[in-house]
Amino acid sequence: MSTIAHDADDFVAPAEIPEMELYHPKTWLGKYVFSQDAKVIAIQYAVTAMGIGFIALVMSMLMRLQLGFPDSFDFINPSVYIQLVTMHGMIMVIYLLTALFLGGFGNYLIPLMVGARDMVFPYLNMLSFWMYFLAVVVLVASFFVPGGPTGAGWTLYPPQAILQGTPGAEWGIVLMLVSLAIFIVGFTMGGLNYVVTVLQARTRGMTLMRMPLTVWGIFMATVLALLAFPALLVSAIMMLFDMLLGTSFFMPAIVSMGQPLDHTGGNPILFQHLFWFFGHPEVYIVALPAFGIVSDLLSVNARKNIFGYRMMVWAIIIIGALSFVVWAHHMYVSGMNPNFGFFFATTTLIIAVPTAIKVYNWVLTLWRGNIRLNVPMLFAIGFIFTFINGGLTGLFLGNVTIDLPLSDTMFVVAHFHMVMAVSPVLVVFGAIYHWYPKITGRMMDETLGRWHFWITFVGTYAIYYPMHYLGFLGVPRRYYSIEGTNFIPESAMSLNAGISIAAFIVGAAQLIFIYNLFISYSRGKEAGGNPWEATTLEWQTADTPPKHGNFGKSLPLVYRWAYDYSVPGAEKDFIPQNVPPSSVEKGTDETNQ
Amino acid sequence: MVFAVVLILLVIGSVLFHFLSPWYLTPLASNWSTIDDTLGLTLWITGILFVVINLFLAYCVIKFRYNKDKRAHYEPENKKLEIWLTVGTAIGVAAMLTPGLYVWADFVNPPKDADVFEIVGKQWSWKYRFPGDDGILGSVDTRHITSDNPFGMNSDDPNGQDDVLISSGEVHLPIDRPVKLLMRSDDVLHDFAVAEFRVKMDMVPGMVTQMWFTPTKLGEYDVLCEELCGVGHYNMRGLVVVDEENDFKTWLNTYPTYAQTLSGEGAAAATEGLSLVEQGRELSKLYACTACHSIDGSTGIGPTWQGLFGKTETLADGTTVVVDADYLKESILNPNAKMVEGYQPLMPPTVVTDEELDALIAYIKEGLVEKSE
Repeated sequence: MSTIAHDADDFVAPAEIPEMELYHPKTWLGKYVFSQDAKVIAIQYAVTAMGIGFIALVMSMLMRLQLGFPDSFDFINPSVYIQLVTMHGMIMVIYLLTALFLGGFGNYLIPLMVGARDMVFPYLNMLSFWMYFLAVVVLVASFFVPGGPTGAGWTLYPPQAILQGTPGAEWGIVLMLVSLAIFIVGFTMGGLNYVVTVLQARTRGMTLMRMPLTVWGIFMATVLALLAFPALLVSAIMMLFDMLLGTSFFMPAIVSMGQPLDHTGGNPILFQHLFWFFGHPEVYIVALPAFGIVSDLLSVNARKNIFGYRMMVWAIIIIGALSFVVWAHHMYVSGMNPNFGFFFATTTLIIAVPTAIKVYNWVLTLWRGNIRLNVPMLFAIGFIFTFINGGLTGLFLGNVTIDLPLSDTMFVVAHFHMVMAVSPVLVVFGAIYHWYPKITGRMMDETLGRWHFWITFVGTYAIYYPMHYLGFLGVPRRYYSIEGTNFIPESAMSLNAGISIAAFIVGAAQLIFIYNLFISYSRGKEAGGNPWEATTLEWQTADTPPKHGNFGKSLPLVYRWAYDYSVPGAEKDFIPQNVPPSSVEKGTDETNQ
Repeated sequence: MVFAVVLILLVIGSVLFHFLSPWYLTPLASNWSTIDDTLGLTLWITGILFVVINLFLAYCVIKFRYNKDKRAHYEPENKKLEIWLTVGTAIGVAAMLTPGLYVWADFVNPPKDADVFEIVGKQWSWKYRFPGDDGILGSVDTRHITSDNPFGMNSDDPNGQDDVLISSGEVHLPIDRPVKLLMRSDDVLHDFAVAEFRVKMDMVPGMVTQMWFTPTKLGEYDVLCEELCGVGHYNMRGLVVVDEENDFKTWLNTYPTYAQTLSGEGAAAATEGLSLVEQGRELSKLYACTACHSIDGSTGIGPTWQGLFGKTETLADGTTVVVDADYLKESILNPNAKMVEGYQPLMPPTVVTDEELDALIAYIKEGLVEKSE
């Protein structure tokens, strides 16, 4: 092998735009509360998201109480149950995962990984967080208004979302829609920032095809979100109009609870198209950052470049583009023109191809690697296993015919939890164990981390794998009680109880993680600048944790891609991105080639 | 090493669970064996992939575990392997998709000779309409719906006069005849689903949706609503009874045509010859009272009927009332007048005859006593 590395070059083109000036806060408030430093904003986002996410976790435990042990808990009545279903789903998808991946990891990692001092619009970035915070406050407020939060399901389908007969039809739904609108406004501020920073503020030498896949994943997810969230915004506004001003966007002539309503001519299915035009890309808004991050975790810990980097980048882009033409696979039995089924089944199954390539490439990254099974790596490999399972069951639901028996059953619940709840969350955990040393300067406790991993990984599989079989049987989702049918055997109730017990164990195990987060902050082992011996720029900063401005006096120059691990001839098994080829000592040992 | 063993055990456990667990598709009771076949094919292809990829993953974790004297193999790309994998995957996907699309083409094209009948969903009960002797369903409009005309029939349409109206959650169908279901909703989204028939479809207010199947096995099958439709969603149940042709006709004849309901021969037909309490029980099903009011004391959307009569209830305004015949009468005819504390005003006013009212109250008063003991 003549070249020492893939895509490495001693020449770095001069900068096209000069370095921007940093904003320096003068007050304590400006430094820690209304901070314009992306790293502080990232932590604000992450803490808020995990806080509200913890509430949603507790809600899922309450749901499992009811499903596993029906009639045992008086405070969970049918109203409360569907309120739990609704708020758990909405919080987890939007307020936890979207906010954590983009607002949290995006803010922390983008500037550091592309070699920028900060986001390009720091003030807007600060506003973005506070809008998000306000959205969370409004959301939480809906728990305390008369009638409680909405129980319309996280999909908020009209007409029922705004009619009597659904909990929260008075106040809850209004606050939900307003909160979403605020969230979207806030996200747009942040999202524009992430995109422009990636496109404009990369350091010298950091070409797009040298960016770590983490940045690619977050970047593409942000592009999707900027294009998809407006559909949700308009549907939320139209539904508010239908409710408060008496318009009929989604409301046909209806007789509700014996009373004829004034609406006429609206179409409930229009809302579903708008919702899923947002809702399907939303799946990838959560998945793509996870794809990117897990690629980097695998590469670092396999001490091997990510297999097929260019293919991985293109797969992210193609998946992102295709995610806008598959939305109606959520609506096969919605009553839309059934001929749509042919088109959307085809596009949906096509998307399986680039997704499968990503899986192959993750596994092939491990193949002939030198695998360190530390805690982040456990979570990363756990993700591959879980994602394979969740991805394959998508081939059932995406294939329009097979969706007929499975749609609206527990199979759907099991599938989407595997693919967009457990999988991304395993990556979130892996990522936190991985970057915590950079953020705090200390390592997280390894033993606690391993306990956390094993219980979470095996436990979630015990929850969701059997749940698919309830779906095969025909057990419907969003049911407060399935008692009184002929086709659901008694044994299914025992299975439900078993699933609930697994869920409680997994839920409790998250306390280990929270404890670890706190205890390691003061007692964790000193991490040093680059404990994982990684190549990307965030590990090459002058200080750990990095100070405001990230890179000390001068920005790093980038000479190579992010994956120079185990390069033949190099002295160490990793070469950071900012090391020029000329300074890599040529070793004499060439036997590994 | 432990990790790889766990991965292998999870794979083996998953496969064993599939073959040994008692939970799988219910026995098929319709023509849609092709749906089961497509599902089975997908299960095999994805199952094999699941096993192969995960075992390979476990192999990598064992074989390439960390050794500080070793270096990973350096190979940024392998075009040949990547193309080979892409093409293989595309072929597998096409193999699953193609039969799926063929079956879907069947599903969206009901047979020309299928019998047509209508299902209407409302919170939280079902009603059914058969086209009568002329084979044509009369026109309807949501705006015509009143408690006297629950189907919203257009009284001027001659086609509708002989339509058979079934305000009951139970519907009978003849065996081995393809049926095309026209589906409507009065209020919110619903979804008519019978696990044994495999097919399901949403019912959307403001439009008519459809699906078709041929029942192939005699028996009784649960109908579930499978689109979230409010607090009573989980209780929106019904029953399909698949009969021999003659039994089906006998059953259908017990229900009134639209013309008959206009002339006053209403639901009474179904309750003839029963005691007052038994009539009340039948009426409570007919009017779907039990979707919200349990008869076994369990939590529901409305107060349970078990032990209700004679009980002292606290009302929303803080006053108390003893539940007697007068209070029940008022609450059926004008449900929101005296709401029990802790419940939402969800019950529609029901228009019932005085005889029906007496029967319902008799049922609430006496019919549930035995069960509570």
